[in-house]
Amino acid sequence: MKRAVIGPWIALILGALYFIVPLIATFEFSLRMRRGEYSFDAYRVVFADARFQATFGYSSLLALATIVVGVLLVVPTAYWVNLRLPKLRPVIEFITLLPLVIPAIVLVFGYLRLYNSSSWLPMTSHERATDLLLTFGYVTLALPYMYRAVDNGLRAIDVRTLTEAAQSLGAGWATILFRVILPNVRVAVLSGAFLTFAIVIGEFTLAALLDRPAFGPYLQLIGANRAYEPSALAIIAFAVTWACMGLINLVGRGARNAAPAAP
Amino acid sequence: MAFLEIDHLRKSFGQLTVVEDFNLAIERGEFVSFLGPSGCGKTTTLRMVAGFETPSSGAIRIDSKDVTAAKPNQRNVGMVFQSYALFPNMTIAENVGFGLKVAGRAAGEIMSRVEEMLALIKLPQVGGRYPYQLSGGQQQRVALARALAIKPKVLLLDEPLSALDAKIRVSLRQEIRQIQRELGITAIYVTHDQEEALSISDRIVVMSQGRMEQVGTPFEIYNNPRTRFVASFVGTLNVLKGQVVDAASGKVTVDGQPISGATHLDGAKPGEIRSLALRPEAASLTDPTTGANSLQGTVEEVSFLGSVVRIRVRFGENAISLDTFNKPSVAPPARGTKVTVSFARDALLVLDGAEAA
Ligand SMILES: Nc1ncnc2c1ncn2[C@@H]1O[C@H](COP(=O)(O)OP(=O)(O)O)[C@@H](O)[C@H]1O
Ligand SMILES: [Mg+2]
Repeated sequence: MKRAVIGPWIALILGALYFIVPLIATFEFSLRMRRGEYSFDAYRVVFADARFQATFGYSSLLALATIVVGVLLVVPTAYWVNLRLPKLRPVIEFITLLPLVIPAIVLVFGYLRLYNSSSWLPMTSHERATDLLLTFGYVTLALPYMYRAVDNGLRAIDVRTLTEAAQSLGAGWATILFRVILPNVRVAVLSGAFLTFAIVIGEFTLAALLDRPAFGPYLQLIGANRAYEPSALAIIAFAVTWACMGLINLVGRGARNAAPAAP
Repeated sequence: MAFLEIDHLRKSFGQLTVVEDFNLAIERGEFVSFLGPSGCGKTTTLRMVAGFETPSSGAIRIDSKDVTAAKPNQRNVGMVFQSYALFPNMTIAENVGFGLKVAGRAAGEIMSRVEEMLALIKLPQVGGRYPYQLSGGQQQRVALARALAIKPKVLLLDEPLSALDAKIRVSLRQEIRQIQRELGITAIYVTHDQEEALSISDRIVVMSQGRMEQVGTPFEIYNNPRTRFVASFVGTLNVLKGQVVDAASGKVTVDGQPISGATHLDGAKPGEIRSLALRPEAASLTDPTTGANSLQGTVEEVSFLGSVVRIRVRFGENAISLDTFNKPSVAPPARGTKVTVSFARDALLVLDGAEAA
């Protein structure tokens, strides 16, 4: 009995060490900016850096835009597939998984080829248009996570019967989607949204190659030129990601307590 | 002209025809049940009335208006589902008021209508709660209130009680019927439970394999089943193989014993085998009155069902079950006892068609 329990524990501890030791080392290093004592000087410097504020703000804004576009794209699609095209589900699932297989660098070269300043739709020749392109790129990168989250949410409710109930009460598609379906997959959408946020905040390739002032390229820039600040930034980026994960858990648990799945 | 008319309705999915030539005229305020085994096309027919399936051919008219091609949200038809289908994100009051809100009614009007509906289903206190906080039976009553709140022309119920406990099923079906009567609303009720259909319907449509087998009042359906399927699906039925002696006078033999009263033998020749049916409550172990039929047999099985004792008697190749009321002072006969089974001549039903074997 005891022995059976020890094995998994050892594996767990080894895994945790593998994961935590570098984190602790990074954190420890980030505190050593002031000679001879620990301090948060590196963090102070980072937070005071105007470029940090600008790039973080820019990336946050783009993350929000990505979430909005992603939700508007994914929720109706996943809903329709669940409702009317269940046979197409494997195909759609495969398509949504493609961004995991195709490297971002391939994606962005494709974009540059299609939308460069001498193409039929020169999106890269204007900053706002490039932001839009970047947003769509992020939507693509986040698609596997967003789709999965929403699809799981939809499978947990009886989409077809709820839709029909609403229809028989006189509701049209917009009402059904926004007043019946979306509120019932709110938790799933939120977890998809937090994942999207975490992805967009740390993303480097798309932003760098489209030459936009995002947080990812800033991280890289600082990393190449400074000693202590990159560690502080790594910890900050890590904290943001973990805050997102924590929030996913929190809303998930809150929803489970408040409204267990209908029978 | 009837209030709801279903005219030569047919539905097929690819090669498979699921509903064939369905014709029915339902009067305003009538409560009609579709009864039949699982897979016979009840739900599909109901869904065509609701607008969730498009008929392959035929027409549906509600209140003299052809709705065959109308969208479900334009038919003003209330629907109650087996799985309740309450909106989990809304309170009970919001659920009941949903249809009115969609229709753009004023908040005050919605509120008073919701209150009225919750009073109707005898759950006046639950408006602020969420569906998951209610029992299954309560949720289904709320679903009923939600469907009725929009004052639909027709109320459709698809096996609304199948997910509930036996006790609640019985009380809730009476409540549904009472509310339907109170509002005078036209209703179609789908069920595979013959007892349910018999107990609450004005009329029953018995269905089998996409076809209408018989339409009639519960009394007609039970006492004068027109097909073998109806006879065996509705109620318990004893089927006996009778050898025709004389078709004109209705004389046949069952395991060599003569009985009479088999009408509608329609020119069967002597010696042919026909299926005869007898309800368990039509036969008894009392001495036959003059003119009644009787058969000698042996008690094979005795099942004590509470108020009723069901006794199985074998005559030879044939056997029947018969019901007697439980009398505390009289013990039921033991197995192996020789008994005489008697039944009135007109209790004998002749089922459609010659028996093959
Ligand atoms: N969308 C569909 N596609 C193919 N076959 C269907 C579909 N809906 C129902 N059927 C078939 O139609 C038949 C009748 O189904 P249904 O109307 O649900 O029966 P019931 O409600 O009487 O149990 C069944 O054999 C079922 O498999
Ligand atoms: Mg059904």
